[in-house]
Amino acid sequence: MLRLVNVNSNYGLVHVLKNVSLHVGKGEVVTIIGANGAGKTTTLRAISGLQPVAEGQIYLDGKDITGIAAQKLVAMGVAHVPEGRQIFAPMSVHDNLELGGLQVYRRFGRKQLKCEIESMFERFEVLRDRQNQYAGTLSGGEQQMLALAMALMSRPRLLLLDEPSMGLAPLIVKEIFRIIEELQSENGLTVLLIEQNANAALKISDRGYVLETGRIVLEADAEKLLSNPEVKRAYLGREQREIWE
Amino acid sequence: MPFWKQEIECIDREELSQVQLEGLQATLNRVYKNVRHFRKIFREIDFVPEDLRSLDDLKRLPFLTRKDLGKNYPYDLFAVPLREVVRLHTTSFNFDEPIVIGFTRNDMINWTELTARNLFAMGVTKDDVLQVALNFGSMSGPFGFQAGAERIGASVIPMSGGKPAEQVKVMRDFKTTVLISTPTAALRLARAMEEMDVDPHALVLKLGVFGSEPWGESMRAEIESRLHIPAADTYGLTEAFVPGVAWECPAKNGLHLAEDHFIAEVIDPATGDVLPPGSEGELVITTISKEAFPLIRFKTGDITKIDEAPCSCGRTHCRISRIFSRCDDVMILRGVSITPDQIGRILARINGSAPVFQLVVERNDDADQLFVRIEISDRFFFDEMKKQRRFVEEVHKAVSEFLGWEVNVRLVESGTFDHNKQVLDMRRFV
Ligand SMILES: Nc1ncnc2c1ncn2[C@@H]1O[C@H](COP(=O)(O)OP(=O)(O)OP(=O)(O)O)[C@@H](O)[C@H]1O
Ligand SMILES: [Mg+2]
Ligand SMILES: [Zn+2]
Repeated sequence: MLRLVNVNSNYGLVHVLKNVSLHVGKGEVVTIIGANGAGKTTTLRAISGLQPVAEGQIYLDGKDITGIAAQKLVAMGVAHVPEGRQIFAPMSVHDNLELGGLQVYRRFGRKQLKCEIESMFERFEVLRDRQNQYAGTLSGGEQQMLALAMALMSRPRLLLLDEPSMGLAPLIVKEIFRIIEELQSENGLTVLLIEQNANAALKISDRGYVLETGRIVLEADAEKLLSNPEVKRAYLGREQREIWE
Repeated sequence: MPFWKQEIECIDREELSQVQLEGLQATLNRVYKNVRHFRKIFREIDFVPEDLRSLDDLKRLPFLTRKDLGKNYPYDLFAVPLREVVRLHTTSFNFDEPIVIGFTRNDMINWTELTARNLFAMGVTKDDVLQVALNFGSMSGPFGFQAGAERIGASVIPMSGGKPAEQVKVMRDFKTTVLISTPTAALRLARAMEEMDVDPHALVLKLGVFGSEPWGESMRAEIESRLHIPAADTYGLTEAFVPGVAWECPAKNGLHLAEDHFIAEVIDPATGDVLPPGSEGELVITTISKEAFPLIRFKTGDITKIDEAPCSCGRTHCRISRIFSRCDDVMILRGVSITPDQIGRILARINGSAPVFQLVVERNDDADQLFVRIEISDRFFFDEMKKQRRFVEEVHKAVSEFLGWEVNVRLVESGTFDHNKQVLDMRRFV
């Protein structure tokens, strides 16, 4: 479904992505793991049109989408949940969801929008309870769920997730990963996931890539990466394992 | 259920190129970071891994030879620390210049999966009983077969070499359904059966899987008629995996190469030029999943050609033609590789310096035979009969001991053979 071939990207003079090639098959959950600054976020931003691609191609269902504006990609079914939960704090949970559902509203009208919001409430019960609260007053985990729900409102086929578990309590992390897994198995959603919490992410993934200073150094089935001693030492630290288990 | 992993075996060719590009780029990034040899030879041609943008760019990289592997003995070509290696094998090739190959846990998983894929394609199921009549220890193949068969859920009898009569007895009593051995060993078993009056029809043997030495279609026909089983060919090399590189599908029209783990090229061994599909030349292998011992453009020495046409079995991976010859002076004798250099060193040890000699290889019926022809010269026993005889005896003993089986040694007049032909392989694989 998604295919990157030799993607290169720079921040000014710094060459951040070096010939990144990867793919995500339809219905797959794929994780990119890597240390801080390896280029994980940049990869996701390049896919969703937020970061210029200096060289290389990105294909969505065989169609070249390199350099296509982020807004257009949303209409093509790509949703990006960025690092650090970008929600609109001074707006209510409900209004945030409406904002996420702009596309649905434009194409199918008010009734369908209501319907979609209702289905989000079904998946994220806690958001229903908090629908009239300002988003800024939600807990970290609730904000992450809201960010996820907002992205899902655009009815994506491909979901790009940047560190959804960052800074969250273990129980919430567990819940978020459970939801991602559910979205894949029930809705056939395709997911590209970035995680520092590699252990938890790989457990719900089909495959994974290891990114090291902008280069892909390893590609394998998730279970193989989980048992790879080098990956274990570098990315599946003890603390993280304990958090998850 | 003809496929072990249909989505991989019948993968769309375009998707396969993506998989290969990703695997190749990741492999290059790893070897550049972790293996001094590759860093050095890449720097010499001013290449960094980022320069590889397409599979075609692979052509720019230098070849890796068996000499390189020998020079980096034991661990210098390993791309992971030794503590991550869970298995070590040595090649049967050349014990004077040994080569050690390492496997990580994931390499072992891939090897097992590929062997399972291979055996399954040939018809092995969990109900089968496999008799592995290959030498454990001196070869890596039997370990691969055992793991792959167990992965399928079949029963494995790790028989190792063993006397033909014992093999036949086990085959009959244990109700072996699949025989795995060298093709010549299969013929020795056939003869043992005839001598023991065991009717192959009375056995439940259903399949033979053969490899590790060249064998032709006529030998296949002979095995099939004497053992009353279909005989399938499998190809591998310890530097990569044995088995698990290429194997026959039911169509038996070439061996499918596991292109999700290897990239194959065929080159002109003299010039190094890559030849177009369909041309015969030396097989060059690049690994795209191996962790401990990656190979970048490894020259196998085996002569084959690549067929990219779709196969009637539905598998999309390319096929290599059956391998009957090599482009170097390595001889595969009874499943073990031997070079004239090795024999030369033995002769030199006995004589002080190596005499002029020629190695003649024949295959009589069911075993490879080696004839060592040594030229008589002025310097070399002109007329001392007794000394001559003793020398011949010593050479016979030393070479036979080295190989583990009896060779023939003969002194010949000068002019009997062409000095440029150190190996004369009389075996015809038709
Ligand atoms: N806006 C920027 N300008 C300059 N350099 C940047 C910028 N953003 C990131 N970088 C640098 O680019 C490299 C890759 O950054 P990126 O955010 O993609 O990494 P990451 O793998 O997501 O890591 P993190 O865990 O920090 O999120 C780093 O060296 C980083 O310092
Ligand atoms: Mg990041
Ligand atoms: Zn076939």
